Amino acid sequence: MAAGDLFSGVELISPSDWAKQQLKSVQDYAVLSATALANLFRRPLYVADIMQQADLIGVGSLPIVALTGCFTGAVLALNSANTLQRFGSLSLIGQLVAVGMVTELGPVITGLMVAGRNASGMASELGSMIVTEQIDAMRALGTDPTKKLVTPRVVSTVFMLFFLTILSDALGLLGGGAVASLMFGMDWHQYWTSAWQILAYQDVLTGLVKPLLFGLIIATIGCYYGMSARGGTQGVGRATTQAVVASSILIIMVDFFTTRFLMTVLGHR
Amino acid sequence: MAAPPTALEAASRPAQSASDPIVRFQDVSIAFEDKPLLDGISFQLARGETKALLGVAGSGKSTILKLTLGLIKPDSGSIYVLGEDVTRMSEEQLFDLRRNIGIVFQESALFDSLTVRDNVAFRLMEEGGTSEEEIERRVLEALRFVELERTVNMFPAELSGGMRRRVGIARTIITQPEVLLYDSPTGGLDPVTSNTIIELIVKQRDLYKISSLLVSHRLQDAFTMATHYFDRKTNHMQPLPPEARREVPITFLVLRDSKVIFDGDAHELEHTRDEYIREYIS
Repeated sequence: MAAGDLFSGVELISPSDWAKQQLKSVQDYAVLSATALANLFRRPLYVADIMQQADLIGVGSLPIVALTGCFTGAVLALNSANTLQRFGSLSLIGQLVAVGMVTELGPVITGLMVAGRNASGMASELGSMIVTEQIDAMRALGTDPTKKLVTPRVVSTVFMLFFLTILSDALGLLGGGAVASLMFGMDWHQYWTSAWQILAYQDVLTGLVKPLLFGLIIATIGCYYGMSARGGTQGVGRATTQAVVASSILIIMVDFFTTRFLMTVLGHR
Repeated sequence: MAAPPTALEAASRPAQSASDPIVRFQDVSIAFEDKPLLDGISFQLARGETKALLGVAGSGKSTILKLTLGLIKPDSGSIYVLGEDVTRMSEEQLFDLRRNIGIVFQESALFDSLTVRDNVAFRLMEEGGTSEEEIERRVLEALRFVELERTVNMFPAELSGGMRRRVGIARTIITQPEVLLYDSPTGGLDPVTSNTIIELIVKQRDLYKISSLLVSHRLQDAFTMATHYFDRKTNHMQPLPPEARREVPITFLVLRDSKVIFDGDAHELEHTRDEYIREYIS
């Protein structure tokens, strides 16, 4: 096969144009996110839409968050128990599960689950509205789509992810406790006491700041990819995939930097 | 005897003097990916006038409607709508202006997660200050105008293409805008349904005297509008006698190669010597 055949139909783009496109995307994303947050201080505030999204995002995500939280705590206890047993320190399971779940796994696993479910949902819903001219229709009818569609999603995701993370943490501890008690014969009371005592307020604060940031990432990324979808149904599919990939990667990256930042600021661990 | 005016008809609110054009394009140019789509086009739409925008696919007809609404900005030139230069307005200011402009999209662009009732009432609900009873009454009145009262609780997915266009018209007229924009309202419809839509546009034109820009691929739609009037007694469109046709406030604008090559009435269009236009209308 000739090289010409191989590359036929492939559109090459100069590095400077590519860089400009990337910068433009970052700029558009920043503008959308800032506008969505600024809309909180502008009338009207779509309270009914916020409640509806909170139901869809929060209540709708309950089963997956509950299941993943519980089993993450359980597997964390299972893995660490095998190691701890060798050193005769099985009593530390509670501490390990508590710190792991509350500071790290609870927020990250919940964030990733909600990103998979809702960033994709937002991107596909808004993307479909873009390609069927519903967003243009909304603008033509005198309604700001950012105010009506993006801000309620951002508010609801941040708010609901916060509580979903707390639930996930609690169920993770419960799952870990079940493994420790049922499989390794650890005293249930001892597990909870050690888990409770190890947690400092810095751990809890770290675990509660993260879902706020992750919620913001999930909603703004989902809405950004949805609102910038182009090219019909194929474009909507692409936007959906990109929203999940980008929000998942960002969650993990932001998790690292937030942890490092909070460790420095709070002077803990 | 003519039927008494409805609440929709009763509302007429000229914001400017009667002689001012409702829409005025002044040397407007826009290009996409360095390819000019519209190049220095100028025209105006008078109060009460209907202007049919004609041209082949991709000639920039729908872009003119989007420019009129301020949904996109031109690269150069000025666009005055209801006396305001939309090219210099912020999005926030445009939201206020757009409340006086209605648009019927080619594919209706109804909100698929809302019922017909909520679609038609969307603008009223967003503006606020209207009671539920008043909203209900005006929704039914708008749906009665397009003869689709029975669909009030249905979702757009349950409607046929023609019905969706008619709901789109109802959604547009509920707030009695001063100017209406139709983007290929008969595109992709069968001839019978197309005729129903054109009849509604003629009804809208003759009963409410609202200025409108109509994008169409089908020349016969524009000619039907130029040669018919809406008869209230029969509630149908009727052909006009030839001597009365010049009184119909409809003009034609033909686009070719990014330029306006014709802007005049039906009589001038029929008697043009331009080869391209003659071929286009034949």
